[in-house]
Amino acid sequence: MAMMTIAEALREGIREEMRRDSTVFCLGEDIGIPGGFGGAFTVTLGLSDEFGHERILDTPISEIGIAGAAIGAAMTGMRPIADVQYGDFLFCMMDQLANQAAKMTYMSGGTVKVPMVMRAPVGSTRRGSQHAQSLEAFFTHIPGLKVVAPSTAYDAKGLLKAAVRDDNPVLIFEHKLLYGSKGGRSEQGALSPVGEVPDGDYVVPIGKGIVRRAGKDVTIVGKLLTVYKALEAAELLAAEGIDCEVIDPRTLVPLDKELILESVRKTGRLVVVEEDNRTHGWAAEIAAMVAEEAFFHLDAPVRRVSAPDIPPPFAPVLEADYVPSAARVAAAVRSCFG
Amino acid sequence: MTQARPEARQVDSTHVESLYREMLLIRRFEERSNALFLQGKIPSTLHLYIGQEATAVGVCAALRPDDIVFGTHRPHGHALAKGVSPDTMMAELYGKATGCCKAKGGSMHVGDVAVGMMPAIAIVGANAPLAVGSALSAKMRRSGQVTVAFFGEGGSNEGAVHEAMNMAAIWRLPVIFVCENNLYGASTPVSQVVAVENVADRAAAYGMPGAIVDGNDVLVVEEVAREAVERARRGDGPTLIEAKTYRLCGHSRSDACGYRTREEEADWRDKDPLVRLGKVLAPGVVKRIEAEVEARIDDCVAFAEASPLPDPADALTDVYWEGSA
Repeated sequence: MAMMTIAEALREGIREEMRRDSTVFCLGEDIGIPGGFGGAFTVTLGLSDEFGHERILDTPISEIGIAGAAIGAAMTGMRPIADVQYGDFLFCMMDQLANQAAKMTYMSGGTVKVPMVMRAPVGSTRRGSQHAQSLEAFFTHIPGLKVVAPSTAYDAKGLLKAAVRDDNPVLIFEHKLLYGSKGGRSEQGALSPVGEVPDGDYVVPIGKGIVRRAGKDVTIVGKLLTVYKALEAAELLAAEGIDCEVIDPRTLVPLDKELILESVRKTGRLVVVEEDNRTHGWAAEIAAMVAEEAFFHLDAPVRRVSAPDIPPPFAPVLEADYVPSAARVAAAVRSCFG
Repeated sequence: MTQARPEARQVDSTHVESLYREMLLIRRFEERSNALFLQGKIPSTLHLYIGQEATAVGVCAALRPDDIVFGTHRPHGHALAKGVSPDTMMAELYGKATGCCKAKGGSMHVGDVAVGMMPAIAIVGANAPLAVGSALSAKMRRSGQVTVAFFGEGGSNEGAVHEAMNMAAIWRLPVIFVCENNLYGASTPVSQVVAVENVADRAAAYGMPGAIVDGNDVLVVEEVAREAVERARRGDGPTLIEAKTYRLCGHSRSDACGYRTREEEADWRDKDPLVRLGKVLAPGVVKRIEAEVEARIDDCVAFAEASPLPDPADALTDVYWEGSA
């Protein structure tokens, strides 16, 4: 058992999978250049020392090419872990993810598999509109992809290992304020949770959520950074006598619906928190799912706490209003008690 | 840049017969598909390969069975030349359960991974990065396999193709980019969208050899492809081959080809790859192959006709890998 940041846990997971299986390799921009960064947030730092530059493969700045190379390699016997420096760059490779990776198994009549992993950092961190978006919801709308979003070091390693072993394309969204990247790559204002990570092999199964805080009065569902905002709000509200249950789905596709439904059936109230834009979003889907399957258990309207429908702004004072805060979560919870 | 010279050929007659048979199989498959489409037997649209047979057959003749091909939205020729069964392909076009993609792919996605034909990729140019990944995989696995990506002169303008060619060149991957320049991207003439005289001229910019071939001469195509395949297998990296050819049919359904002249079409009909190779063969041989191919086409249509439709519930399977193959 060791205490690790998420960046360290991901690195450990990659290292163990690459030792275990010679078909696993990493590719991306600036991931293994000697004297470089080990990826934008240090996750692959030092791995080329052990595995060499063929298996920690530095690419040109070619996002379509990176995705295509990963998918093509996955179709022919390899298990690539591809890396984009910022989640926003996934839009550059959208065709490869949405039309190629996601549809390949289906349109081949189930004869071709695409066991690839694509890692993408998200989250608004004072970089302006094009290095900041939480764009998970786009990918949860694409059948054929699996989507995970670890918020702790334990889950980061366990979900990464599960993703590498999965025979489908899996996107891993990682939040920049949760990595705990060190040195020049550390983030201002980061939470950087450090957590216990068991030595050696374990997986966190894809599709299983977790209750982060048990409570009886209201269910708060968050992901990545907003799990922590929800937990912070829960502390504020405990002082007011409101007992919050906080759920972290950990996997967005396939969603652990039953965990959420079971909680709502108990509490009768639901607040969903996301850093994504509000309209047609992930929280809307959770709200619709609960409305369809647990409507008669609800004692109050479902509330969403989201980013407003604007591009991520730059100035810290503007960004502070963009990212859901514990205060906004707490206000939404209070509104469920009219 | 190499320009293959036809006089350099030395091929035995059995091989010529087999190339002719494969080209004719594609031609007749396409003609029959079109007729069946017009009768309403085949749903959707069809992008026919009529006129370009020499390119797919010539390239695939240079490949090993375990080499890999990524085709395009006009993939019937690529697939038949790589060895996909006409039976399962026709059944796929019909939307039958016995289709090579279990009726989930259709005309634009035919393939059979067992013979090295990946599901065809109908997003123009998007197959090139996939071919790079396949070649990267072959290199890492030391399998000796070569991967081919076909695309048109229209596809050559896609950013995906540019990224793919650069990556293939810097990593010296065993991949061959085959640009089938049939002069029109749907209705748009190549002169309007490519500023250089030849697409293959661009190879130099990536640091790989480019070759221009008469895409209607199957023997020349095969010869140039062989050179590229050997180069790739040696570990010397990719090649861009531009095959100059012509689509002797419309782009897709109900295309009256109003964007090109009847004279131009007649010129290219004179260069029909089947007519040209047919002249090398004895008339009796041509007749025999003609009969064999007709029978094969009859068989594949009969197979498709007799096959069951998929169960509607099958629409919900194979979204994720189910370990079926």
